[in-house]
Amino acid sequence: MNDTQQILREMVERLFADHVNPPLLAQAEQGIWPGALWRLVEQQGLTRPRVPEEQGGLGCGWDDAFIIVRAAGYHGLPIPLPETIAASWLLSQAGLTSPDGPLTLGGAHPEDRLRLAPGNQGWRLSGTAHRVPWGRAAGSVVLVLGETGNLRIAHAACAGAKIEPGTNLAGEPRDRLSFTDHPVAVAPWPAAFADNPVRTIGAMLRSAQIAGALANALDRSITYANDRYQFGRPIAKQQAVQHDLARLAAEAAAVEVAAETAFLAAERGDPDLLVAAAKIHAGLAVPQATGIAHQVHGAIGFTLEHPLQWATRRLMSWRNEFGGDRQWSVILGRRILDLGADRFWPYLAAQ
Amino acid sequence: MSIFNFAFSPMPPQCEALRAEVRAFLQANGRDWTAASRAQSWDGFDPEFSRKVGAHGWIGMTWPKRYGGGERSALERHVVLEEMLVAGAPVSLHWIADRQSGPLLLRFGTERQRREILPAIARGTLCFCIGMSEPDAGSDVANIRTRAVRTETGWRVTGTKLWTTNAHRAHYMIGLFRTSGAPADRQRGLSQFLVDMTVPGITVRPLPDLAGREHFNEVTFDGALLPSDSLLGQESEGWSQTLAELALERSGPERFLSSIQALIELIRIKAAAASDEDRATIGRLVAQLMTLRRMSLSVAGMLEAKQTPALEAAVVKDLGTGFEQALPETVQSLLGLELDRDHGTELERAMAHLVRMAPAYSLRGGTREILRGIIARGLGLR
Ligand SMILES: Cc1cc2nc3c(=O)[nH]c(=O)nc-3n(C[C@H](O)[C@H](O)[C@H](O)COP(=O)(O)OP(=O)(O)OC[C@H]3O[C@@H](n4cnc5c(N)ncnc54)[C@H](O)[C@@H]3O)c2cc1C
Repeated sequence: MNDTQQILREMVERLFADHVNPPLLAQAEQGIWPGALWRLVEQQGLTRPRVPEEQGGLGCGWDDAFIIVRAAGYHGLPIPLPETIAASWLLSQAGLTSPDGPLTLGGAHPEDRLRLAPGNQGWRLSGTAHRVPWGRAAGSVVLVLGETGNLRIAHAACAGAKIEPGTNLAGEPRDRLSFTDHPVAVAPWPAAFADNPVRTIGAMLRSAQIAGALANALDRSITYANDRYQFGRPIAKQQAVQHDLARLAAEAAAVEVAAETAFLAAERGDPDLLVAAAKIHAGLAVPQATGIAHQVHGAIGFTLEHPLQWATRRLMSWRNEFGGDRQWSVILGRRILDLGADRFWPYLAAQ
Repeated sequence: MSIFNFAFSPMPPQCEALRAEVRAFLQANGRDWTAASRAQSWDGFDPEFSRKVGAHGWIGMTWPKRYGGGERSALERHVVLEEMLVAGAPVSLHWIADRQSGPLLLRFGTERQRREILPAIARGTLCFCIGMSEPDAGSDVANIRTRAVRTETGWRVTGTKLWTTNAHRAHYMIGLFRTSGAPADRQRGLSQFLVDMTVPGITVRPLPDLAGREHFNEVTFDGALLPSDSLLGQESEGWSQTLAELALERSGPERFLSSIQALIELIRIKAAAASDEDRATIGRLVAQLMTLRRMSLSVAGMLEAKQTPALEAAVVKDLGTGFEQALPETVQSLLGLELDRDHGTELERAMAHLVRMAPAYSLRGGTREILRGIIARGLGLR
């Protein structure tokens, strides 16, 4: 991490720590949009780190974006910051203008059926996008359509779409958006980058958020184990507890390394394989790690009053959003089998 | 903030040329290796092969040139190691010396020891063994009882070392002995020695392992007389020197690649036709492999920067040995193999070896429980 990244990290950590707290998280889960938090984050430029400076962004790399997204995951930021970072980047890559305000992603859910048709004035979108993060709060959604090699990016305002609300296990909006002859801006997806850029970027974001939330669960568990006395001493002094926490720490470290590596691969322009590895690793780590965090916290951690759940309920959902470990394992496994026994290692070693 | 430091270590550009060189060498020399022999890799003992590796400058790569080293980086060494292990090369003869005995001599040895021994290690002609464990001192290394008593001309050693890998073929042992005090003094009064294994009074008895092979031993010292210059480093500093040695022992790619042939052979037989379950299994294994490799490279980067990543090395070893231990089991269960001890296809014989070796992965070099204790200390829990 270079000096600028260190400064960025301290800045976002302080900003999020100062403004995200249990009352705010509880209100957001009730459906109250944290507008003040959004404005603060947007004013700092954090919503558009991957948009070039001349288009009003920060002009940062994916490695910098990792710092922001991980911190968003650590604090359970109840706004579509990761989604906006990705959507604004997709728009700028496709040469479409990116508006201010919250944006989101769509078109990568396996059940999505979306079609584009030429209208009298530009393109029209019809069909349904499932489980769109923060669909009700976002001004617009960036969707990917078409087949690999012939992908198009569509930018649709959420106003005018039929929005059926849903949430994930942590109460974060995951809405169904239906479009009928909805006017959209469309551009061909220029770069090779990924088989499905929305799915890949989405999975990459979630793996970094998972890394952050795992670090949060670990920090809470360590503090709790040192503070909680049973049998006349901290439970941290019990070897069984120590070893469980060592495992949690190791898993959290591995997910963090995997996620960061995926962002670095995105920076180089070919992230598919490393995003797959990161999302798989995250998916495998989540049940083990959340299990340990809850075990160490005992009954109190199983209540909505205790802050651990802000991390663990998100982890339980994020692991399967934009593809879970099963789906990504099949994708990665197919890639490896195509390479074969004698070529897969040279390929991995070159990553 | 983060408890561990796993900073990304990019491969220096010269690594790719080196990788290509190592691959070409392994291809030329590995024509006769079978899946079953490749599965043995770091237990495979082949003096001619080790000499050739030495001739290419791939042993002691990071050491100073004046001691036969190559003054290359820890990341270049990582490249050589991972290529050797993935190819299943028989590295047992030079392995331990390259990884820990050589660096230990470099750090604590006398000038004469360095000049005489390091170049021979780098040539791939010297085999070393590690004499730490004893019957009553496994995880609790400080409980060792083997004693070295000062005499007019040197040291007289009495006691028993156990599980000493390669003692039956090693030229030297680096042994940890008690030079003063009693076992109750624990870490105090321990010293390291450079032991010439041909000295009279040393008896080596191999103990066949689960796979039926002889590779580790009981070594009995029956009043063996060592010359006075065989003391390695400072008297009574054996404990801190041993900790430095363990950090080297725990950090490399050998801590997750031990059973890699199981994955390679699985990919080989599934390449033609695979189900989604096969793909998912392979995808999960490869995802873990990729992450472990990144973590291990990061540790190599820290070694290169002269840091001591003992905590990070414990994390990589705990995760890595968990991975390499589960791998043969995963492959065996996916393929539903009913293995025969002595017969079978190449794949089956490789698997028969790996399934029986797997329990050792989380024991050797510090058990899983000891590693988790180290990590827990790093977390501030003890
Ligand atoms: C293949 C192989 C090669 C080896 N090669 C060498 C070699 O070359 N040189 C050498 O010196 N040694 C060697 N060893 C020995 C190795 O270092 C020891 O096996 C290891 O340190 C454990 O010691 P032990 O076997 O006596 O088990 P013990 O220490 O008796 O442990 C038995 C079990 O109890 C657990 N345990 C012990 N203490 C604790 C504790 N405080 N908390 C929780 N659990 C605990 C252990 O984790 C383990 O599960 C080798 C071992 C193997 C398997």
